[in-house]
Amino acid sequence: MELYTLSARELADKIQAREVSAREVTDAFLACIERVDSDVRAFVTVTAQQARAAADAVDARLAAKEEVSSLAGVPIALKDNLCTTGVETTCSSKILRGFVPPYNATVVEKLSAAGAVSLGKATMDEFAMGSSTENSGLFTTRNPWDLTKVPGGSSGGSAAAVAAGEAPFALGSDTGGSIRQPAAFCGLVGVKPTYGRVSRYGLVAFASSLDQIGPLARTVEDAALLLSVIAGHDPGDSTSVPRSVPDYRAALTGDIKGLRVGIPKEYFAEGIATDVREAVTRAISVLEGLGASVGETSLPYTEYALPAYYIVAPAEASSNLARYDGVRYGHRTRNAQGHIDLFEKTRDEGFGDEVKQRIMIGTYALSAGYYDAFYLKAQQVRTLIKQDFDRCWENFDALITPTAPSAAFGIGEKTDDPLAMKLSDICTIPANMAGIPALSQCCGFTESGLPIGVQLMGPPFSEETLLRLAHAYEQATDWHTRRPSLDKK
Amino acid sequence: MPLYETHVGMECHAELLTESKMFCGCRNEFGGEPNTRTCPVCLGLPGSLPVFNKKAIEHVVRTALALNCTISLHSVFHRKNYFYPDLPKGYQISQYGNTPIGVNGWLEIEKPDGTTKKIHITRVHLEEDTGKLIHSDGAGYSVVDYNRSSVPLMEIVTAFPPDIESAEEARLYAETLRSILIYLGVSDGKMEQGSLRAEPNPSVRPVGSDTFGTKTELKNLNSFRSVQRGIEYEAQRQIEVIESGGRVTQETRGWDDEKGISFSQRSKEVEQEYRYFPEPDLIPLEFDPEWLESLRAELPELPNAKKRRLMEQYGLPATDAAQLVLERETADYFEQAARGVKDTKAVANWMLGDLARLANASGLAIHAAPIPPAALAEMVGLIESGAMTGKIAKTVIEEMFATGKSAPQVVQEKGLTVSGADEVAGIVAKVVAANPDVVAKIKAGNDKSIGFLVGQVMKESKGRAKPDDVNRLLREEMDKL
Ligand SMILES: [Zn+2]
Repeated sequence: MELYTLSARELADKIQAREVSAREVTDAFLACIERVDSDVRAFVTVTAQQARAAADAVDARLAAKEEVSSLAGVPIALKDNLCTTGVETTCSSKILRGFVPPYNATVVEKLSAAGAVSLGKATMDEFAMGSSTENSGLFTTRNPWDLTKVPGGSSGGSAAAVAAGEAPFALGSDTGGSIRQPAAFCGLVGVKPTYGRVSRYGLVAFASSLDQIGPLARTVEDAALLLSVIAGHDPGDSTSVPRSVPDYRAALTGDIKGLRVGIPKEYFAEGIATDVREAVTRAISVLEGLGASVGETSLPYTEYALPAYYIVAPAEASSNLARYDGVRYGHRTRNAQGHIDLFEKTRDEGFGDEVKQRIMIGTYALSAGYYDAFYLKAQQVRTLIKQDFDRCWENFDALITPTAPSAAFGIGEKTDDPLAMKLSDICTIPANMAGIPALSQCCGFTESGLPIGVQLMGPPFSEETLLRLAHAYEQATDWHTRRPSLDKK
Repeated sequence: MPLYETHVGMECHAELLTESKMFCGCRNEFGGEPNTRTCPVCLGLPGSLPVFNKKAIEHVVRTALALNCTISLHSVFHRKNYFYPDLPKGYQISQYGNTPIGVNGWLEIEKPDGTTKKIHITRVHLEEDTGKLIHSDGAGYSVVDYNRSSVPLMEIVTAFPPDIESAEEARLYAETLRSILIYLGVSDGKMEQGSLRAEPNPSVRPVGSDTFGTKTELKNLNSFRSVQRGIEYEAQRQIEVIESGGRVTQETRGWDDEKGISFSQRSKEVEQEYRYFPEPDLIPLEFDPEWLESLRAELPELPNAKKRRLMEQYGLPATDAAQLVLERETADYFEQAARGVKDTKAVANWMLGDLARLANASGLAIHAAPIPPAALAEMVGLIESGAMTGKIAKTVIEEMFATGKSAPQVVQEKGLTVSGADEVAGIVAKVVAANPDVVAKIKAGNDKSIGFLVGQVMKESKGRAKPDDVNRLLREEMDKL
């Protein structure tokens, strides 16, 4: 049995029982990266040296019989929009090339305190804007299940790394589906926590009112383990919620009897591929078989979520990305005449097309005379979407939908059709707009062997319910045990 | 040429006196080595997030209460987006729209003729300051110091239509505001360092016109004097533009205090597009009405109220009271010195006269002079009891100031005890004998000439004779003739 096939929880147990050393585990994953990453291309930066040093430190503590924390010696991959002290943080953008943060994101601090070992920084769509990593300003990641397909995005590098066995789990960020959609495309569990559950301090902002950091893992238990470590109030993030963090693993009882699961009909409308629809329908039957009660429901404002999102997110992004002006860090043009020219050329050279387009849309939406018609209206729509969900929670503990309209699409297939690309987030965006938690897990495979994702959504701070449902489903099925066959190549 | 009237709107910015900056833990201080008081937050590094400085919010709430504002119970922060190298995030966190911390207040100015006028205030809000560009005088580059970046800044804006109708009123407004801010302890009020900045928006129109003229915004006014001069100059300039058939351009104009002129800096004809929107990284402030009431109850007595009380309680004339309340510590000094003294007006006179002169010459504030309030009270007490003359006191206070000794000590050491009536009688006899012609004049009915004799006696006694004694004894001596 290869170490890199084990779950994070199994690795943690073995390390603490001193069956394997943290160093052996880290070396096993670094070797896997060495072996497959030239195909998968999940990592922007591999921090092998720091990883080995961190693993050795854990081994030293264990040898000295000192207490170690829950993730001691367990490797992890970090999306490259999480700031890491002394390690370049690029957001897969040329404009941040050379930016080495002098500080860690709060989640990175928490991981480090828990003993986790960072393997490096994973690729993404530039500034998390995209659904395939094809918008990366550096390179595109490939789906380990089929290297001609995209891994999803924007946390495509994080998802591909976990699916390929390059890391047992990873952190991603989710603004409109950027954890859940790649989790679906790569056959993983991905959790977007409630807005405010996890500190955003040190997460390079895309859309501040929508962004959340969350886990990508191969099992629900690993996702729960990781979420327990990263969740919690942070005095450094005013929008993080002062609320105690449960032990999410304790919620995985296997008992979902009596939980009421709603099926919002708007998520099964046309545009959802037949194989996806069928797989999700079968998943609903499995939950029903496990004792959950299921029933149809409706979220009438669903169709407005995507257009409203494409006002709110670009508007916030246009402001968040204003700081990349070449004055203090990152890329700076070589031939500027005066400060205005410096701003314009630096930004022109540093940002990719998708980012520029969203900055323009956002700038327009916030302009005097358009603010009321666009930004304000979009925020009102957001309230309606929230109210839609609130009505559902009167009758249901969770909602079940497809995660994405289809399984992973081909690299280059949608790059000329931006609307089709954006529609791949149609099922995931509403949860961000409402600030509610949502989870994606694998519920089957297409005929060609690509994973299909099912999404669970719940009321604010119902992560335990979602994890319990997902765990029960996972115990009753074996999709999560399948692995892509990269090594056979 | 028609008569013109001037209207002035005022925007004032005050850097708040807090330990740390608005959204991070960096120290809030003036000057220092460039970029030594910075962190990821005030440098706007990717991923950093702002966290409120509660003290800064409290300062603004207290100011808004002192300026008779309504407090927005739900107060929102916004991003003001624009590009400039001294603005590290590409936006300034500020408050836009109708929910700044304070709205619809006023303050009262007192004019030299003693009349008062209410100046209405439309908003009091909180924002962050920017960094500072340092230009390389022709070397083709500029550098940025972010020490000032994210220092808490309070903005106070007067209402429209403007209440201020002259350059003098504008100056009085700025002075009154400054003294309120200092009383509250929220600002050091240093205009020359830029920690308090006044930006007047003067406009002129012919008397009788019902539309306001185009306003210009004046910057770089580093003193109250330049506020008044700048507006006077600018109003005159605008009148001349109109009279010569031109049109006043809406623009920002800098003030050159040396040359006494304003000059165009930036056109404001095209509305700047700031793309304001609510700051998503901060949750709106929700104020507890009980907390607001406790802050209101703890507000210090403000300059106007203190002035009225000093006039009533101590019988001071308005001009003295106004001077005493300019700084809170001066008024406190006065009240401590007036304790137990009957002639409280004399205390004010000594403070604003000799003590102010001495302190000023040493570059000290009155309250920082080396004469504690109790020592001044003791000195006035000596005069009151007749143990010392006012004339001697002038010498005594100089000595007290120079040495820190008490009045009785100085009087004793310098032999300045008051001459006894016998001694004075001797001097009087001598003076009367030496001036028969003057005595004759007085005898002939020229009463004014007695002043000359009094002066001679005082001179002979080196000021130690009590004026009462001198007058009485002179009369007696002459009656003998
Ligand atoms: Zn700072």
